[in-house]
Amino acid sequence: MAKDPLVIVEGLQKLFPLAVGILSGEKHYIHAVDEVTFSIAEGESLALVGESGSGKTTTGKLLVKLTDPTGGHIKMRLNGDHVDIAHLKGKETKRFRRQVQMIFQDPYESLNPRRTVFDTIAEPLVVQGVGELQDRELRVADLLELVGLSPAKTFLFRFPHELSGGQRQRVAIARALIVEPAFVVADEPTSMLDVSIRTGIMQLMQDLAARLDVTYLYITHDLAVARYMSNRLAVMYLGKIVEIGEMEDLLHNPLHPYTKALLSAVPVPDPTIHRTAPNILGSIAKPIDPEPICRFYERCPIRESICAENLHPPLEDKGAGHRVACYLV
Amino acid sequence: MAETLLRVENLTMHYTTRAGEVSAVDDVSFTLDKGASMGLVGESGCGKTSIAATILKLLPENAEIKGGHVFLDGTDLAPMSESEIRHVRWRRISMVFQAAMNSLNPVYKVGDQIVEALETHLPQLSAQETRKRVEDLFRLVGLDPKLADQYPHEYSGGMRQRAVIAMALACHPDLIIADEPTTALDVIVQDSLLREMTELQKQLGMAMIYISHDIAVIAEVSDRIGVMYAGKLVEFGDTEAIFKHPIHPYTQGLLSAFPSIIGPKRELATLPGEPPDLISPPSGCRFHPRCPYATDVCTEKVPVYEEHRPGHFAACWHPLE
Repeated sequence: MAKDPLVIVEGLQKLFPLAVGILSGEKHYIHAVDEVTFSIAEGESLALVGESGSGKTTTGKLLVKLTDPTGGHIKMRLNGDHVDIAHLKGKETKRFRRQVQMIFQDPYESLNPRRTVFDTIAEPLVVQGVGELQDRELRVADLLELVGLSPAKTFLFRFPHELSGGQRQRVAIARALIVEPAFVVADEPTSMLDVSIRTGIMQLMQDLAARLDVTYLYITHDLAVARYMSNRLAVMYLGKIVEIGEMEDLLHNPLHPYTKALLSAVPVPDPTIHRTAPNILGSIAKPIDPEPICRFYERCPIRESICAENLHPPLEDKGAGHRVACYLV
Repeated sequence: MAETLLRVENLTMHYTTRAGEVSAVDDVSFTLDKGASMGLVGESGCGKTSIAATILKLLPENAEIKGGHVFLDGTDLAPMSESEIRHVRWRRISMVFQAAMNSLNPVYKVGDQIVEALETHLPQLSAQETRKRVEDLFRLVGLDPKLADQYPHEYSGGMRQRAVIAMALACHPDLIIADEPTTALDVIVQDSLLREMTELQKQLGMAMIYISHDIAVIAEVSDRIGVMYAGKLVEFGDTEAIFKHPIHPYTQGLLSAFPSIIGPKRELATLPGEPPDLISPPSGCRFHPRCPYATDVCTEKVPVYEEHRPGHFAACWHPLE
C-alpha cells in the first residue's frame, strides 16, 4: 500500500463570490473548499464524505479541472512526473483529460438524449483522435460487455430513453473508462439507483478499478456505501477536511466530534440496535466569510476557549495515517 | 389485543397510459392497529406511494381502483365520493410528502398556511383558539412559534419538513402517512426528524405508515414492515421477524444488498436483473425472473399471500425457512 501518490492536493481553495453588496462595494465569499490538503495513492480509492454544502463536489470538480481553484495546488503524476495541473498547456491538457475522468450522479442528465450509446461512449475517443471508426466500434463493444451491457450489439445503437437507470449509469461508466484513465472522480454515482441495482454498479466499479488499474475519488453522502467503495475515508465539513484515515480504522475509531456525530446519525439496518442520538449543536450554516477559527466551533459539543482563540486546527497525525483537525483530541 | 384501525383488503389499482394499463397496486392486503407504526419498503415504481395515494384517494385522473377495500374503523373508503373522502383527509388520515417545499405555498407565511388548514377542517375553532393551536403545533414539532410569521424560503429543509408535519398533525389524525419525508435531508437532520416523528407518534397515540426505499430507516421507525415488489405486497410481518427470518427471497435479497457501517464488513449480494415493467408484468410470481429459487410453478401460478408464521405473511411458492 506504500505506493507513490498519484494525486497531491496542497492548500486547495475555492471561493465563490456572492452577488451582494454591489452598491457598497463589499465582497463576500462562500468558502466552498478552504485550504484542503491530502493525497491519493496509486490504485487506492479515497471516499470523500460530508453533508450537502460541505464542498465535496467542488473538490471533485477541481481535481478534474472542471473549475479552477482560487488558491493552492493540485499535482498529478502524468507520465512519471508530478505536474501542477494549473500550468498545463495545449497538448498536456489533452493528455491530462485522457488520464482523468468524472462520473456524475444523475444518469438521466449526464447522457445526451439524442446520441446513441455508441456515440456517447466513443466521443472521448473521437476527441482524443484514437483509432478508426471500425476500431472504435470494437472497443466500445468490448467495453459494453465489460460493464455488463451484453450482448453489446443490442445496446450499441440504443438511445438513453431506451435504457433503465442502472443501464444508463453503466453507459456513463463505460464513457469514463473508454480512454483508460488513471484517475476517476465518481460523484455519487449510485445515489439515484435502487438498492437491488446499486450493488451491481458498486461491484462493477470495483472490478473495473482492479482490472484497469484505476484510482478513485469516490464522493458520497452515504457512509455505508463509502465503506464498500473505498479503503480510505476523508470527512469534510464546510470546506475543510476534518478527519482522514484508513476506512475501517476511521469507522471504528472516529476522533473528530463531527465524524462521531455523522457516524452516529447513520441509520442501521438492524432493528435490535438502538443508536444514541448524535452529539452536535445547532444546524449547518453556509461558509460565508467564516471566522478563521475552527470551522466546527459553532456546532461542537466539546468546544473550549482554545478553539475560539486559535486558527482552524491543522490536520495532525494520530498514528497510522489517521489525521484529525481538532485541538481537543 | 390491540384494535384494528386500518384494514386494506385485496386492493388493486391501475393507471391507464398510452402504452397500456399499468398494474401499480395488485391485490394488496394488510392491517394496521391503532397507535402502531408500519413501514412500507420497496424500490422505485414498486407501488408503495401508489398504495398511500389509493388509501386517501389522491389519485390522478388516469388511475382507477379496480377492486378491494380500505376499511378505516370499519368504514370502507374505497367507494367514497370526493366530497365524502374530504372529511377523512386531514381529520382522520393525513399525509407528509417527500418534497416539503412543494407542500408549502411559497407566498404565504408558514403559520398562516396552518391556520388556513385548521379553518377549513375545524371551522368550529375561534380565531384565538386557532392561533393558539398553531403555536402548540410549532412547539410540538420542535419549531420556535415565532417562526410562524416567516415564509417557507426562510426555513431550512429540515425546518420545512417539521412545518409540514405540524400541518399534518393539525387535526389530530388517527393515521399519518409519511412518504419518504427525510429522503432529501442530510443524515444528521434526518436523525432528529426520525426521532421527533417516532416520539410524536407514540405521544399522540397515532398510527403511522412510513414509506421509504431505505430499509435502515424503516427498521428504526416501524413496528411492522411490508415489503413491496412490482405492485405486490410480497411480505408483511414484525420488524424483527422480517430482518431475522425473512420468508420471501426478495426480502432476503434486499436485506443482503444493503450496506451498513456497523458490524463486520460482509459481502453485499447482488440481485440479478431489474424490476419488471408493470404494463406486462411477469406471469405467475412477479419476482420469478430474478429469483434464485424459481421453478416452473413460479412462472405459472401467482403465489398465495398467506400467513406462514403467526402474524408473518408472504406470497411465495418456495418460502425460506
